[in-house]
Amino acid sequence: MNVTDIIEGCYQLMEGDFTNAGVASSELKSILTKLGVPLDIVRRTAIAAFEAEMNVIIHGVAGTMHYAISETEVRITFTDMGPGIENIELAMKEGYSTAPDWVREMGWGAGMGLPNIKKNTDEMKIDSAVGEGTTLEITIKLRKDAPC
Amino acid sequence: MLKVNNVVEKLGFEIKIKGDIEKEVTGCYISDLLSDVMAKSKDGELWITLQTHPNIVAVAVVKGISAIIITNNRDPEPETAKKAETENITILKTERTTFETAGMIYTLLKSENIL
Repeated sequence: MNVTDIIEGCYQLMEGDFTNAGVASSELKSILTKLGVPLDIVRRTAIAAFEAEMNVIIHGVAGTMHYAISETEVRITFTDMGPGIENIELAMKEGYSTAPDWVREMGWGAGMGLPNIKKNTDEMKIDSAVGEGTTLEITIKLRKDAPC
Repeated sequence: MLKVNNVVEKLGFEIKIKGDIEKEVTGCYISDLLSDVMAKSKDGELWITLQTHPNIVAVAVVKGISAIIITNNRDPEPETAKKAETENITILKTERTTFETAGMIYTLLKSENIL
């Protein structure tokens, strides 16, 4: 792969817009595939991005997904205007969820989103303020020897 | 190598949306919990579910699912079918239960030495 410049893009995400859920992640997946990024890294990125996209669609009111692909890493930032996360430690626990019942009936809201994002990324930062919103920044290294 | 169209021929599922039916089938995963499928399914697996809403297509795309099999005679929602067509994802349908479907696929994959 040869990425000399940073490739960037941004998507709007709206709470309740389940119809378009996954569009941003799928597009990112095909961009990375076209760049020749190894398949396992593309997969991990797509899984993490989709879970984060779902979090904004379930809880985030309105937000954005911004990605920046450099030679060494892909960094994705999700910013939303949702209710914020009261207890991040608890939210990171597998099985803990604040999703409403109708979302659970669709098969989401099992409390697996954030743990799944952590598992598939090299770095994960959550910055959240109750009543203001949440920013999630995830980084996936594109090369195994990439410096931290 | 077992392909999606081989599975359809051998087990008689109904093709609701014809995507990439030449895709190789590497296994099978069963769950109605989308987050679980996101976490545990692997590239090339068939996915058996009762869910019919559009998000199943997005999950299949992201995870590289070879085909979605909807059981209990359910149909994909119109929006789901539309998305599957755009994304080239195969959706199969069967009147059998998830248990029966799983048994049939398990037997087939065993006989093909995939499991």
